[in-house]
Amino acid sequence: MATHEHYYVPAQSKWPIIATTGMLITMFGLGTWFNDLKAARPDSHGPLIFFVGGLLLAYMLFGWFGTVIKESRSGLYSAQMDRSFRWGMSWFIFSEVMFFIAFFGALFYVRNLSVPWLAGDGGAKGVITHLLWPDFQNAWPLLHNPDPKIFPGPKETISPWGLPLLNTVLLVSSSVTVTIAHHALKNGHRGALKLWLAFTILLGLGFLSFQAKEYIHAYHELGLTLGSGIYGATFFMLTGFHGAHVTIGTLILFVMLMRVMRGHFNAEHQFGFEAASWYWHFVDVVWICLFVFVYVL
Amino acid sequence: MSGVIDDHGHVGHDEHATHGPARGLMRWVLTTNHKDIGTLYLWFSFAMFLLGGSFAMVIRAELFQPGLHIVEPAFFNQMTTMHGLVMVFGAVMPAFVGLANWMIPLMIGAPDMALPRMNNFSFWLLPAAFALMVSTLFMPGGGPNFGWTFYAPLSTTYGPESVTFFIFAIHMMGISSIMGAINVISTILNLRAPGMTLMKMPLFVWTWLITAFLLIAVMPVLAGCVTMMLMDIHFGTSFFNAAGGGDPVLFQHVFWFFGHPEVYIMILPAFGAVSAIIPAFSRKPLFGYTSMVYATASIAFLSFIVWGHHMFVVGIPLVGELFYMYATMLIAVPTGVKVFNWVSTMWQGSLTFETPMLFAVAFVILFSIGGFSGLMLAMAPADFQYHGTYFVVAHFHYVLVPGAIFGIFASTYYWLPKWTGHMYDETLGKLHFWLSFIGMNLTFFPMHFVGLAGMPRRVPDYNLQFANFNMVSSIGGFMFGVTQLLFLFIVIKCIRSGPPAPAKPWDGAEGLEWSIPSPAPYHTFTTPPEVK
Repeated sequence: MATHEHYYVPAQSKWPIIATTGMLITMFGLGTWFNDLKAARPDSHGPLIFFVGGLLLAYMLFGWFGTVIKESRSGLYSAQMDRSFRWGMSWFIFSEVMFFIAFFGALFYVRNLSVPWLAGDGGAKGVITHLLWPDFQNAWPLLHNPDPKIFPGPKETISPWGLPLLNTVLLVSSSVTVTIAHHALKNGHRGALKLWLAFTILLGLGFLSFQAKEYIHAYHELGLTLGSGIYGATFFMLTGFHGAHVTIGTLILFVMLMRVMRGHFNAEHQFGFEAASWYWHFVDVVWICLFVFVYVL
Repeated sequence: MSGVIDDHGHVGHDEHATHGPARGLMRWVLTTNHKDIGTLYLWFSFAMFLLGGSFAMVIRAELFQPGLHIVEPAFFNQMTTMHGLVMVFGAVMPAFVGLANWMIPLMIGAPDMALPRMNNFSFWLLPAAFALMVSTLFMPGGGPNFGWTFYAPLSTTYGPESVTFFIFAIHMMGISSIMGAINVISTILNLRAPGMTLMKMPLFVWTWLITAFLLIAVMPVLAGCVTMMLMDIHFGTSFFNAAGGGDPVLFQHVFWFFGHPEVYIMILPAFGAVSAIIPAFSRKPLFGYTSMVYATASIAFLSFIVWGHHMFVVGIPLVGELFYMYATMLIAVPTGVKVFNWVSTMWQGSLTFETPMLFAVAFVILFSIGGFSGLMLAMAPADFQYHGTYFVVAHFHYVLVPGAIFGIFASTYYWLPKWTGHMYDETLGKLHFWLSFIGMNLTFFPMHFVGLAGMPRRVPDYNLQFANFNMVSSIGGFMFGVTQLLFLFIVIKCIRSGPPAPAKPWDGAEGLEWSIPSPAPYHTFTTPPEVK
């Protein structure tokens, strides 16, 4: 282990307690909102509480990240500090991977085990569960649910070779362009950096708008919804959480572009940018798994 | 390397390192100091221990005699649920995070935790999350009543309205745990003093490194699990509803993929602490350090592939039953290595039995009992009989109370002189131990018998044949509960008074934490020590 000049231990900070307060208000508001919606209670305070909490969280994000950027720019962070950030970001991404694994695991389980069992396959296990809905047939995509009265199945599902393929191309190229931007940063080509970073953001926005289009198509024309049985549930939760991550990733990249415009980052100090690109690559890898396991197979 | 402690909102110099904490309440709210945050975690954990304990007292009071006497069955269900949730997420886990915060930087010669502001965020999320969760008890329809494992569809289709807030509380606890674990892992990997190689780290640091990995791996899966619940309840998905092609058993798979590593999250740090305490009071180095590290890693690995043993009776294929049965039994091997090493450390040692050692020895013996009942439960055909009975309750309370909780007590007594600068009252400490030891065994040992005889868990009434054993359990439970107020008294007494503690109050103790004065200065190791 190398030794270093100093390790910066920040003074007292108000940001964490603001973050906690904001999160508590947001969560309470969201819970109130959802419960009032379900019970069809009019005049819910939920949305307002949620909005106030969200504002507080937004204020916290600006303030906390602003403080970190200021500290970083005034040279308080040593190389060892940089490594702490790197470990922190790596393990955060690992935790995100595990979050997606929960949903992929659910998908594999229903496709390969529980849906066939419901249809009577799989020996003794299937014999018992098949008694519930004797007419139920195993298929994937599952267009006919065991109880279509409660969960009407989708008419059809999204073909992988239209918008999803286009989105794959967009997202994979955006991983390439962000890498080109990163190399430009390392070599001090600020113009190229701005160009390729902006291009990456555009590709991200393109991806998101095509996904929105696909969702509208699914809801309005295909009858493929969250409520259309396990296919819709896994489809929308996996692609939806991925879409949320693309949104966050695009926002992060946008913040990086703003910072680049203000002359932040150089060949030595660029972890903020690098973390954003790690996150972007992670989102890309998740998409490839989605394309293969949700759309194609 | 020297630590730069910015105490005044500007770039500090080394002399600032000698400055003490800020004054007043805001010290605790805004702090970035690992010792302050460790203290906060430990007090929070103790408060939750008393809260969860008071829920247990309600359970034991109701079960004192057969028949319904004190509470409504619906409220009884909320008590068993909240007791479990509060103890797991509020008492045991934060206690170990508190110990990690206090001790890991001192043990590896670091100036603080790697990410001090995030550390504060990790802590303060917990009181917020528990405020949200405990408030569900006062909501229309009552609080969570489906057991701490919140199986669907009990928690989805048939759950109370407050389950939505329970889900968000779990999300907040998860975020707190993940951030705490990221902090621990970054600190250990990046802030060790020069010369502190991985295989020189104290075992408490090693076990926490592995625990932090487990936390980061499984807390997101729990988040996924409660998110699926939320979607099923509010947005019409059918993850856990077979009518839409989902499966309630899927819930159990996802939950126990988190749940089984979770039980190791609650015990591995205790293993580490006991591995420091037993050598100290045996005046011998730990026997088999390297094998301890590998055994811990093996237990952590195995914890990911045994979750199905919680589901033997739910209807999984035979091949699954066999796989989970054998994989589970395999855990006995690395655990046996550990118990063997602790016993060998004591063998021919120059033993003394101060309070930390009493708790540590009781830990080894009683945790082994919990391990053996675990082996009985690991056998699928035998589990068909034991599942859902008090035998299971006896098993996991033997690993959690004399395991996790005694580990926390042992650590507290062991390091209290370092934290407070005073020695605790040894006579009262021993009294606390013996009352806890007797109370705990009185409570949980009879549960083995009533369980084997068929008494189901989570039911407020029972057959007359179980009356005597249940009365004994309740008396033991009240005894154990009241004893913990003595613990509170001992700790407060130790903070306020007591003989001054030397830097190293235990003559057999090893480690960097004993090289600094007692009480530990507000900032330590701003210049890292050289470790040879």
